[in-house]
Amino acid sequence: MSAPARYTPFHPRWYRRRVSVWWWLESRSYTTFVVRELTSVFVALFALVLLWVVWSLGQGPEAYERCLARLRSPLCLAFHAAALGFVLFHSITWFNLAPKAMVVRLGGKRLPDLFVAGANYAAWVVLSGAVAAMLLRS
Amino acid sequence: MPETVTLAVARYRPETESEPTVQTYEVPFRKDWVVLDALNYIKDRLDGSLSFRWSCRMGVCGSCGMTVNGQPRLTCAAFLSAEPPGPIRVEPLRYFPIVRDLVVDITDFVRKLKKVKPWIVREVDKPVAEGEYLQTPDQLDAYKQFSMCINCLLCYSACPIYGLEPSFIGPAAIALAQRYNGDSRDEGSAERLRILSEHDGMWQCTFVGECTKACPKHVDPAGAIQQYKLQSATHWFKTLLPWGGR
Repeated sequence: MSAPARYTPFHPRWYRRRVSVWWWLESRSYTTFVVRELTSVFVALFALVLLWVVWSLGQGPEAYERCLARLRSPLCLAFHAAALGFVLFHSITWFNLAPKAMVVRLGGKRLPDLFVAGANYAAWVVLSGAVAAMLLRS
Repeated sequence: MPETVTLAVARYRPETESEPTVQTYEVPFRKDWVVLDALNYIKDRLDGSLSFRWSCRMGVCGSCGMTVNGQPRLTCAAFLSAEPPGPIRVEPLRYFPIVRDLVVDITDFVRKLKKVKPWIVREVDKPVAEGEYLQTPDQLDAYKQFSMCINCLLCYSACPIYGLEPSFIGPAAIALAQRYNGDSRDEGSAERLRILSEHDGMWQCTFVGECTKACPKHVDPAGAIQQYKLQSATHWFKTLLPWGGR
């Protein structure tokens, strides 16, 4: 667009800026947002792995053993370490966002955000504790 | 304290230029001056051809929104002394078509705002003789925050989704829809839910959260959108129940 513009008084020639492909690097919060969105890929992959483990359990003890052996491979361990990191990031940012979506009113007053986020964290700790107790007992 | 400050102002003169350029101006540095004061100084003393919108100078009219040092701000609330040293970059609001210099075209927003019916919708209007619709302070409190919106459009300018998908109905329009949904006198929430559940409605929002940070009136549009999503999802689940009517 280097040719001089033809200007008509009642139909101004607007200029529209294009959004850069790198818009998500412009500010820290944009980057955090895009990373949070990308974590969902790892959450989905982890869910698929879990389904695969359950499926092989249903195929009999040999299939399950084979599955466990594959899970012990360095590549698989690396994936799980990365997935754990991303899922934690996903969960924490999600819990921090929860008070925005859930407005809890008690006696006409809005409960502070800390209560809603706190309830989410508490539920997380309790459920994780329950799962840990179950696994450690067996 | 420095005696002057440099403003790097975006210019766009469609009759001579095919794209925006930057022009720098030296203006006196005063502690009590905001960017809008500096722009008015330029307009009065240095260059009368500079175009920008403003009106009230006190954060009520919502006309003077611009991009100051990369952030969407009301220029009447952006103090020169609070900006980092060096030239202060003043550009038009992002994502809107630029008409001239710092003036953007906001027709798109006005059209979208009208779409969400930001007024009290009643199935049957009460005759005037029956008196006003009464409301308790708690009922007022339920929507008051969202009613503070001044349509300054800083939230649109902060929203990368609006930049990438200009058809997105946007933060302020949804917050204002929620303002009327939360009003005990209103009966139009089902109608608004239908409009906002369309492809370009609330589900385009992926909760970047920048609209809330940019809002000069603490409206929290991001919160309004997420609350709307929750209500919409609850409504949808209810329609799945055998006793839930569609």
